[in-house]
Parts: sequence; C-alpha cells; structure tokens
Amino acid sequence: MIHENTGKKSLKTYLNFWNAVKWISLILLVLFLVYPFFSIIFRSFLTKDGGFTLGNYKTFFTKAYYFRTLKNSLYVSSCATIFSVMLGVPLAYITTRYNIYSKKLINMMIIMSLMSPPFIGAYSWIMMLGRSGLITTLFANIGITTPPIYGFGGIVLVFTLKFFPYVYLYVSGAMSSIDRSLEEAAENLGSSKLRRTLTITMPVIMPTLAAGAIMVFMSSLADFGTPMLIGEGYKVLPVLVYEEYMSEMGGNANMAGTLSVIIVLCSTTVLLVQKYAVSRRNYVMSAMRPPIVEQVSTIKRILLTAVCMLVSFIAFLPQIVVIITSFIKTNGPIFVKGFSLESYEKIFYKLSKNITNTFLYSSIAIIIIVIFGMLLSYLVVKKKSKLTSFLDLLIMFPYVIPGAVLGISLLVAFNKQPLILSGTASIMIIAYVVRKMPYTIRSSSAMLYQIDPSIEEASINLGVSPMKTFFKITARMMAPGVLSGAILSWITTINELSSSVMLYSGRTATISVAIYTEVVRSSFGTAAALASILTVATILSLLLFNVISKGKISVV
Amino acid sequence: MSHIVKIDNVVKKYGDFVAVNHISCDIKQGEFFTLLGPSGCGKTTLLRMIAGFNSIDGGQILFDDKVINNIEAHQRDIGMVFQNYAIFPHMTVFDNVAYGLKARKMGKDQIHTKVMEALALVHIENLKDRKPSELSGGQQQRVALARAIVIRPSVLLMDEPLSNLDAKLRVQMRTVIKKLQKELGITTVYVTHDQEEALAISDRIAIINQGKVMQIDTPEIIYKRPQNAFVAGFIGTSNFMEGDVIKMEDDMTAHVKLDAGMSFKMKLKNKITGRIKISVRPEQFILDNTSDCCLAGEVSMHTFLGDFANYEIRLQNDQIIEANEYTKDIDFVRTQGQRISLTFNSKQISLFNEEGTEVFS
Repeated sequence: MIHENTGKKSLKTYLNFWNAVKWISLILLVLFLVYPFFSIIFRSFLTKDGGFTLGNYKTFFTKAYYFRTLKNSLYVSSCATIFSVMLGVPLAYITTRYNIYSKKLINMMIIMSLMSPPFIGAYSWIMMLGRSGLITTLFANIGITTPPIYGFGGIVLVFTLKFFPYVYLYVSGAMSSIDRSLEEAAENLGSSKLRRTLTITMPVIMPTLAAGAIMVFMSSLADFGTPMLIGEGYKVLPVLVYEEYMSEMGGNANMAGTLSVIIVLCSTTVLLVQKYAVSRRNYVMSAMRPPIVEQVSTIKRILLTAVCMLVSFIAFLPQIVVIITSFIKTNGPIFVKGFSLESYEKIFYKLSKNITNTFLYSSIAIIIIVIFGMLLSYLVVKKKSKLTSFLDLLIMFPYVIPGAVLGISLLVAFNKQPLILSGTASIMIIAYVVRKMPYTIRSSSAMLYQIDPSIEEASINLGVSPMKTFFKITARMMAPGVLSGAILSWITTINELSSSVMLYSGRTATISVAIYTEVVRSSFGTAAALASILTVATILSLLLFNVISKGKISVV
Repeated sequence: MSHIVKIDNVVKKYGDFVAVNHISCDIKQGEFFTLLGPSGCGKTTLLRMIAGFNSIDGGQILFDDKVINNIEAHQRDIGMVFQNYAIFPHMTVFDNVAYGLKARKMGKDQIHTKVMEALALVHIENLKDRKPSELSGGQQQRVALARAIVIRPSVLLMDEPLSNLDAKLRVQMRTVIKKLQKELGITTVYVTHDQEEALAISDRIAIINQGKVMQIDTPEIIYKRPQNAFVAGFIGTSNFMEGDVIKMEDDMTAHVKLDAGMSFKMKLKNKITGRIKISVRPEQFILDNTSDCCLAGEVSMHTFLGDFANYEIRLQNDQIIEANEYTKDIDFVRTQGQRISLTFNSKQISLFNEEGTEVFS
C-alpha cells in the first residue's frame, strides 16, 4: 500500500550500501595489510642488489647470531607462559570460588597491569632491581647482593607479571560459567572435591586455559619494549628485527624481512595448533546457576585474600613506581632526594608535541576504527558469505603480526612512489587502525550475536528499510559493544610502542616513543612523567570501560 | 481494507531439501487462518515467505489480485508478531508501538492517538512509559500485538506468539488475540504447533506435514473428519486398528473385519476392498462389561482425570488402545485387570486405505 513503486529502487540502494562497504574495506585491507605484508615476504627473498635468493634464510639458520634469537624468543615466551599459567589458574580459582575480600580491587589491579604501557614493567623493575635500583642499593647497603634483573630472568619476570592476566581473566570467566549442576552431579556420584576439580572442572576449562596461555605466548613473542630495555645482551627476535632495520650501517631491510616472516610463522603455527586442539574439545556453556562461592572461615579468608593481593599488587607495582618516580627530583640521569614537579615541567616544555601527537593520532584512529568496526562486524556476522569470511580472516590477521613487523611492512611498502607515507602521521594512524581494530570488531560482533535477528525483522516489517533499520535499531543496540571495544582499542593505541618506534619521525613521535628514547638516554625522570600521563589516561579509560560495558564485556 | 491472501503452488528449497512443497491455499478476507504442523514441517518458512523474509523459489503469493513475490519486506504493509516478541529493547512501550507509524510519516498528534488506542485494545495503556526489560512475558506479548495492529495492516502474521508463555497465560492471551482479530477484521495467518491452540483460535486450519498440505478445514471438520491418517493422529488422539473390507455392497455399505476380532458394517463414500485401517477417538468407544459382539479386552491401566477417566486397554491381539469414559455415566472407575468389551458408532469413525493416505468414510 505504501510507496510501492519505489520498491526496486530502495533494494538497489540497500545492496549498494553494503556492497560498497564490503569492497571498500576489502580494498583498504589489501592496500594496507596484505600488500605491505607481501612486500616484506618478497623482500625476505632478495639480495642486497635485488636478485632472488634463499640466502637470508640460510644465514638465519646457520649463523648463531641470528638463530640464537629465535631460540631465545621461544624460550622466554615458553617460560613466561608456564609461569603465567602457574600464577593465573590458582588465582582465578581462588577469586571465583572463595569469598575473599575486595575482589574488585584485585581484578582492577590485574587488568591494569595487562593494560599498562608495554615497557613500564621493564622500566620499573630496572628502577627497583637494576644496577642502581632502589632495592638493589638498599640491600647493597646491608651487604646483600641481589641477583641481576637484566637478561633472561628479567624478561621472563616482566612478561609473566604483565601477561598472566590473560590466563587469569580467561580462566576466571570460564570458572564462573560452569553450571553448578555439573559439579553437583560429580559430587552426587561420589567424587571427592579434589577429584572433582581434576576430572570435571579442569578438563572443562582446558580450552579456555589454552586460549589464555596462547595469548601469553604470542604477546611475549611479539613484545619489543621489554626485551629492548631489560634484555641487554639477551636478544630476542623483535629486537633483532628493529636493529637490523634501524642499524646505522644503512639497515638491511631484506634480513629484517626474513626475521619478520619467521616471527609471523611462529605465532601462526602456535595459533593454528591451539585452534586445532581446541576445536575438538570445545564445551560451550552458559551457566543457568553459577557455581557456589564457598564461604570460608575468617582466617582462611584473610590468608587467601593476602595471597591474591600480593600477586596483583606486585603486578601493579610498576605503575605505582612510575608515578612516584615521576615526582622525584632529578639531576641529569640521577634521582636525588626530595619531590618536585620538574619532570613534568620539562616534558611540557620539551615534549608537549609528543603528548598532543599521541592523543590526536589515537583519536583519529579510534574514529576510523569505530565506523569501520561497526560496519565490518555487521557484515561478518549478519551477511555471511565467502567474501565476508575472507574479510573476517583479514581483519583478525594482525593478531599474529607483531607491531614491529607491521611497522616495517608499512615502511617497505610505502616509502616509494606512488604512495610515499613514511614519516607522516598517516602511516602511524594506518598502523594503529590495522592493529587495534580487532578489539572493536570482536566486542561488536559478540554484541551482535546476542541481538535476536527477529528484532531487525520486526523493524523491516513495520515499514523501515533494512538500511534505515541498521542505523535506527541495530547500531543503537550494538553501541555498548562497539564503545567497549573502542575503549580497548583506544587504551592499546595510546600505549602502542612497537609499531610507532618503527614509523615515527621527529615530528610524529608519540608519548611511548618519547618514553623509550628518554629511557635510552637515561633521562628517567621525564620518562616516568610521560609514563604517568599514559597510566592515568589508561586508568580513566578503563573506568569508563567498566561503566559502559557494565561488567558484561571482558577486556580480553 | 483487509486482503484476501492467495498462496498459489508455492515452493521453497534449501539445497536439495524442499521445505515448502507446492502449497496452495486461499485465505479469505478477515479470516483467522492457522498453519499447524509438527516442528520442521515448513509452516514458519511459509509464513516468512508471506512476510518477505524468505524468498519464493516457485509459485506466487497474491494479496487480493496483486502478486507480491518481488515486493520488499518493508513495503508489504503486513503486521507481524514474532515468537520471541522482538520488542526493541532500547525504546519505551510507547515508542515501540509508535515505531511503525513514524515510518509512515504520520503527524505527532495522530501517532499519539493511534498508539493510545492500540494500547487500550490490549489493555496496557498504563505501561506506555515502561522499558521492555520491566515487562513480564505476557505484557511483552501485548506490546508486540499492539505494535503489529497499530499500523492497521492488511494482513497480520503471527509466528507461534504464545509458545513462550506459561499454560494459563497462553489460554488467556489466545482469547485476547481471537477477540482482537474479530474486532479489527484483519486477515490473519497464525503459525503454531499446538493443536489445542489451533482448534481453539482458528476459523480454518491448514495441517502441514513435510512441506505439504494435509488438510484445510474448520477445526470441527478437521477433528471429526480427518482426510488421512496423519491428520487423525496429529489432531487429538486416535486409535488405529487394521483390518479388511471383506465385502462391498452396492449401496456402499462395507463389511469390515478387524484383526482385533470385531466385525461391523459401515457406510462409505468411496469403494474399497482389501486391507484398510480405521481410526477411533478414545471418547468414541462405548464401554460395556459383557458383550460378545464387540472388541474384548482388559484394562491395563486407568487414569482418573476428574470429568472423565482414561483407560489403557489390551485387546485380544495384544494391541493397546486408549478409551475415555465420562465419570458422570458410571458409578466407579474401572480398574486394572477388569475385563471389558468395547464398541463404537460406525458413523463417527474414519476409514482409510492401508497406507492411511486416503479417507473412504
């Protein structure tokens, strides 16, 4: 009855809209992700004068200088993963199953340590346990020598404390979604508590635990800031990639390409193994009745709380150290007695450009991420086709690409005609969008899956075209998911170091790049002040995230 | 105002699976028409084809004389009530109901009047400022109903609208729906798998099985004169008994001999001889203590249900049948082990061919 003759026309505009989104996203992803990545693969097979060779790979596997970094990388990542599991699982068990005190605070500290800027851990532990660190000097004064923090041990310590939250958050999520009846059934069948935990609870959460462990492994493998600062002689792959590309002797992009390909191969393999292992043992569960939180005696309760507090406090400690040291007076590289704001004065005088850069670039990136993230997650979830699943795969690909590798790829691809982007703000923003969009897409998609398809149909049925329905109904219902995801994208963007450090030029340096260069220059006071700004921005963003997501969306 | 809906040889395929297999039916103006069948029979698929959410792979659907196959879902001017209500969670009750009117670019005052009218029709004017999360299931159902009728659609579709309500509310809401539909006179297509609901609410019912129409008739005829054994078994309870027509007289009187050991005569509409099956409803049996004309059996279980008693009876050939007896007609309910004989009025029962695909009575 209503405007019948426009039927065909609105069908066309509708199809064109989504198809346009589909094809534009595809072209952009190919241009800024696939093409750069293939460029770097291509480069890895080139000789210095441009001929084809397998020599780079041969060099890598035969020269101990290169090959050792692969072994080092795998070794530190494995150790960090094992320790994270040993720390994260018991902690998750205690916080979900016992009535310990101040769970919220513990959770917040653990989430904060995960979301902190990547090198703050390394920096703070050096401040505490380094050669002239606080604790080191303290102990030295009473004649005790503390073990050195530099090298392998330090990297594993920092990685463990920064990444164990993945295991903790994944596992506590799974623990609280096991339906009570499952454990009751085991108990009813005569199983003891320990037996029940080992035979029912653990196997059920195994896939989630594996997913968390993989996140630890991949993050450790990709991390650049920590090993760069605290590793000293102990070199890992991302550091080597950086050095090969940036070294003063002109840099060897081909060898850096080879190294990049090897890192990506490692993380992809690990991810595929996990996917394969988990796909056959995935227990989807939605707890109608969440498990019982055991009420224990006051003494036990205090003890358990103390354990959790201690661990989460140590994980959170670096950020406290950073904020405190930012207020300590400095004399060149050395901290002296007394508090002052001089570090802040210095950064506002000298480094204010970096601060505006960080927030300007991140804001632009987030706007792009939100718009594309919303449309793409809709395409991927609601308009399933071969093309959209391919898009999905592309969007998630940056998960396995370390920031340093993405940075080099973009540089290699866009440092020549027709598109010269190196040294511009655009290339930084592109890197942020590509790298951080998955957070937004994932949480938007999770939200979309929960929206009943008949809600959209109801709107269409009432006479609103599908495209208008998207904006009037679907987009609004997705909003909490999109916003929560966007905040996570935002937090990780303002803290981004590994791609920035590859892509920045004097004009485009961000806070995290400045912290890095200040630390290298031993200007610890200003580094601490800059890091404090990031930490405070991160805490505020996380609080906002908690308000918007209402605790329904996890940060991981 | 309200349309005649003509479904003409409609087909829907998913790969090799034919979900809707050449279904035809004419739905009259203002009629309450129900698609009834077991889950997966294609009834919801057909409804969604009328709504425009599923494409039509063959045949056509007409509103009055106009083919609507290629009209977009949002331009069909149909009201629809969804199984899970599909209330917009971020809007108040008022805004939910006003949604379709706003899409029709109606003035603010007019929208207000119409929405309040619709809310009054389903008796929820007092809830207009509530958010959906503050409503009970029955209230959400009423909002969904108001939202669908406020636009005065020419056709109203309902997809199992009562299946998420508890038993008592379901009965209450189906009366609300039935009255409302009659009052507004909107041609309505209603989908359900609940046969009692279908019998209670519909003007006519189409029984669908495996994508095909089994029978289209009024509730009473469907119950009393099933066209095939599927309908007889699906609607209500039927006892099927096999046997033979041993002789067919010229005046269409058949001599039937059941395997369970009873012979009787019955008038048929068409001629058949050889193997057959009959269906008898539990309440069609006449129970007696002794008689030799009839089916002999023994009560193997009895259930007292207040106004009537239900018996499970084991016949001589070990077949178990179900029979009912009104408690007002007897002194005491028969108990387990009691010997019993049964008969029935052959005018009431149905007789099918051996496969149960065709009725002859």
